[in-house]
Amino acid sequence: MNTAVTIAGVELKNPVMTASGTFGSGQEYGEFVDLSLLGAVVTKGVSNVPWPGNPTPRIAETYGGMLNAIGLQNPGIDVFVKRDIPYLKQFDTKIIVNVCGKTAEDYIEVVERLGDEPVDLLEINISCPNVKEGGIAFGQNPKAVEAITRDVKGHAKQPVIMKLSPNVTDITEMARAAQEGGADAVSLINTLTGMKIDVNKRTFALANQTGGLSGPAIKPVAVRMVYQTAQAVKVPVIGMGGIMTTEDALEFILAGAAAVSVGTANFHNPYATADIAKGIQEYMAAHKIEDIRELIGAVK
Amino acid sequence: MAKEKKTALVKSQERLGDNVFSMWIQAGDMAQEAGPGQFISVYSKDGARLLPRPISICQLNRDSGELRIVYRVAGEGTREFSRYQAGDEVEILGPLGNGFPQVSPEKTALLVGGGIGIPPMLELAGSLSCTKLIVLGYRDQVFMAGEFEPYGKVYIATEDGSVGTKGNVLDAVREQGLTADVIMACGPVPMLRGVKSHAHAQGIECYLSLEEKMACGVGACLACVCSTKDVDSHSNVRNARICKDGPVFRAKEVEL
Repeated sequence: MNTAVTIAGVELKNPVMTASGTFGSGQEYGEFVDLSLLGAVVTKGVSNVPWPGNPTPRIAETYGGMLNAIGLQNPGIDVFVKRDIPYLKQFDTKIIVNVCGKTAEDYIEVVERLGDEPVDLLEINISCPNVKEGGIAFGQNPKAVEAITRDVKGHAKQPVIMKLSPNVTDITEMARAAQEGGADAVSLINTLTGMKIDVNKRTFALANQTGGLSGPAIKPVAVRMVYQTAQAVKVPVIGMGGIMTTEDALEFILAGAAAVSVGTANFHNPYATADIAKGIQEYMAAHKIEDIRELIGAVK
Repeated sequence: MAKEKKTALVKSQERLGDNVFSMWIQAGDMAQEAGPGQFISVYSKDGARLLPRPISICQLNRDSGELRIVYRVAGEGTREFSRYQAGDEVEILGPLGNGFPQVSPEKTALLVGGGIGIPPMLELAGSLSCTKLIVLGYRDQVFMAGEFEPYGKVYIATEDGSVGTKGNVLDAVREQGLTADVIMACGPVPMLRGVKSHAHAQGIECYLSLEEKMACGVGACLACVCSTKDVDSHSNVRNARICKDGPVFRAKEVEL
């Protein structure tokens, strides 16, 4: 049975990855899951300098999901390169580094620093709804998407995945713009912007007022967007948004995702990534699927 | 030991007061490995409530592998837990976080608990071999106070003055002229702020147990940070993770 998939020339042993921001750089969940069982670990977004993130409260539970406004807190590229990459290198999994920035120069600086590191793929975050500068500002206009993609591609040694926001009128336009700018793959969806109000305290549940909605509540939106995007572009699509179970992951794959990322599910079940990787094998065995590639985009 | 998520059995459930419940859980290794000031994550059985509720460990029985949580019903998740009865299953993850340190036997520790911050002080009181002075603060309804009596002299403060000192825990500390070599506290942030500044003024070593909204509970998501005096080594900014680096911190290291 073949569970391996290829993203921009990089072969993942299976299509299960982690969703950026939910898994740190793997150390914490490495206590629960053998990271070598995963196709790839996608790290928390890393910027050129340390970012402190937003004030607390940074999260709020919602029905079937959660809002977060962490604000891309990260230790900066220096610490990341020294501490987190060596940790991940101990495992037989691919390393995908999520990159964030406030300006094109910020992204380029990080991408160049990673050029000689043992990193397999870069995921460029142009879709974080929780930071005032950068993040989503690059991701809501096709011209800006194309320009930042082209800038990053001009300096990246590794293949580039552009991570897209669902907070747009037509995500396929952004995907096409990323492809036009030279993206090797696109990943979607980042979180949907939301808000929760604490009626007892009569204030916002999050200090940032708004946050990104994730979890199973957003899954049907994500599946729809992955399906539409897979129809619209030639580059591989990485699907995510509320994957909790093997069946959820398979929905994305059948809709056209070449790989999937598991995010919020980790908070509910720290073994979720490995459970899903195993579940996909069991599904393939039960349905006599020889090669997972038979499933990618099989529902048209 | 490795942290683990598992299905455990409820041994007993008891209501201690308005919205305050006590649950003993058959937790096996988790109870054997845990220490005072650590917490567990408790998961709802309702798939629409995804995030675990972090609840401090109130008491451990290592011989029987049982642990006790005392918690306040604050929403639908904790309301669900409060309905569990002996024999029901409960999903838990733990033990999590760093608890309180030990105190040398010749010293005196002042243990301060406020409201739903009182429960973790019970296991701490039972585990410290030093002299203990115990101050418990309540809004109005007193719970668990009698359980502390075997471990040291107990002083109570109530906001409405119905029991003990009228006022807060620091009013009780001052009224009774209590002093110690170390202060250990858990409770609402305004109380912890007061305890921290009291300890600083008196030049007393002080440890505080903090809380914040959490998602992962294991240090990955960076939801539950608190401001620290210095840049901490993990974040490389002045943010420590309450779930992983805490919940117990040296008072002088955190900014409240």
